[in-house]
Amino acid sequence: MATKNWPLWEIFVRSKNGLEHRHFGSLHAADADMALENARDVYTRRNEGVSIWVVESKHITASNPENNGELFEPAQDKVYRHPTFYDVPDEVKHM
Amino acid sequence: MSEEQIRSLERNFNERIERDEKIEPKDWMPEKYRQTHIRQISQHAHSEIVGMLPEGNWITRAPSLRRKVALLAKVQDEAGHGLYLYSACETLGVTRDELYEQLHTGKAKYSSIFNYPALTWADMGAIGWLVDGAAIINQVPLCNTSYGPYARAMIRVCKEESFHQRQGFEIMLKLANGTPEQKELAQDALNRWWWPSLMMLGPTDDKSVHTEQSMKWKLKRKTNDELRQQFIDQTVPQADVLGLTIPDPDLKWNEERQSYDFGEIDWDEFWQVVKGHGPMNKERMKARVGAWERGTWVRDAAMAYAEKKRARKEKEAV
Repeated sequence: MATKNWPLWEIFVRSKNGLEHRHFGSLHAADADMALENARDVYTRRNEGVSIWVVESKHITASNPENNGELFEPAQDKVYRHPTFYDVPDEVKHM
Repeated sequence: MSEEQIRSLERNFNERIERDEKIEPKDWMPEKYRQTHIRQISQHAHSEIVGMLPEGNWITRAPSLRRKVALLAKVQDEAGHGLYLYSACETLGVTRDELYEQLHTGKAKYSSIFNYPALTWADMGAIGWLVDGAAIINQVPLCNTSYGPYARAMIRVCKEESFHQRQGFEIMLKLANGTPEQKELAQDALNRWWWPSLMMLGPTDDKSVHTEQSMKWKLKRKTNDELRQQFIDQTVPQADVLGLTIPDPDLKWNEERQSYDFGEIDWDEFWQVVKGHGPMNKERMKARVGAWERGTWVRDAAMAYAEKKRARKEKEAV
């Protein structure tokens, strides 16, 4: 048994320039350099990416689904933030 | 939490799955859902890892460079698939070390197909064509399963898997159209891998203990018998293209069912292999545990080096 386990890293890949980095999965590695090398082998064997970010999982702070109500529900009744809320006559074009 | 509260959470949870909503790692889930998923995803990961062994053995003996790069890439994919699945499994709160421990002590199972030996080069063809073919049939419905990380891993796995099956079929095709000896090699591999491939799709429905619950959680979309029939119906015409004979005298087209009837599967053999008495069970575990133990110093050294680099960086920053 190894005395110390390799930490977990989250992998983000930009599939091509112009697109954002997207979460692809995670993997274990001793350090950031190794995480990058492993991510290249595990997640980009078929030209899936042109750029990789690695972040050690413990550095990610995530919202808790239990708080989804207070976090996300208030947006649901704010229909006035959408263009369809506003009445405009049919003959008005390009709006 | 009171029982009343748990029941209400469970009701809510089941409704979400019925609505085809995905469950994500931090969502509340019934303990049984968590445990069942840990079991299935880890078995799946272990199968990918152990599945590298019968083929890895043939990389150095591939008959041409074309075959060698393809087999090497396939085995590398299997390592990748194992890693996608292990990390999906870890999101359920189990560590990688615990998962390895379960595999190495025999507590966790892996697909029993890998407890059969790969005796000739033709076995590389039969494994890709039949074993990966059966695996694809099992895996495609899982791209829609309810647990988000598993579904995402499966989408990636399925995309890569079809190359595996085609490279296997190509090997079979070449041998089947080769010299009489080569054709015999292909027929022999089909004879040995056909029945174990049918068993891969799991026990018959009346003997399958997890089916009902797994259907509810969308861990399964079709029963084992349905999947097996689908596999047979699509594979028999492929064997015809190869000009090889499927080793089942009872196999025949049923006009009424628009499906093939097939012979009795030897389930005693299946359970013997599952229980650890297959031809290669001991060998596979010895190879896997041995590789893990021989790698300990490498993992330790990498960790020590990472810490040394970090310490040096911190010192320079001061």
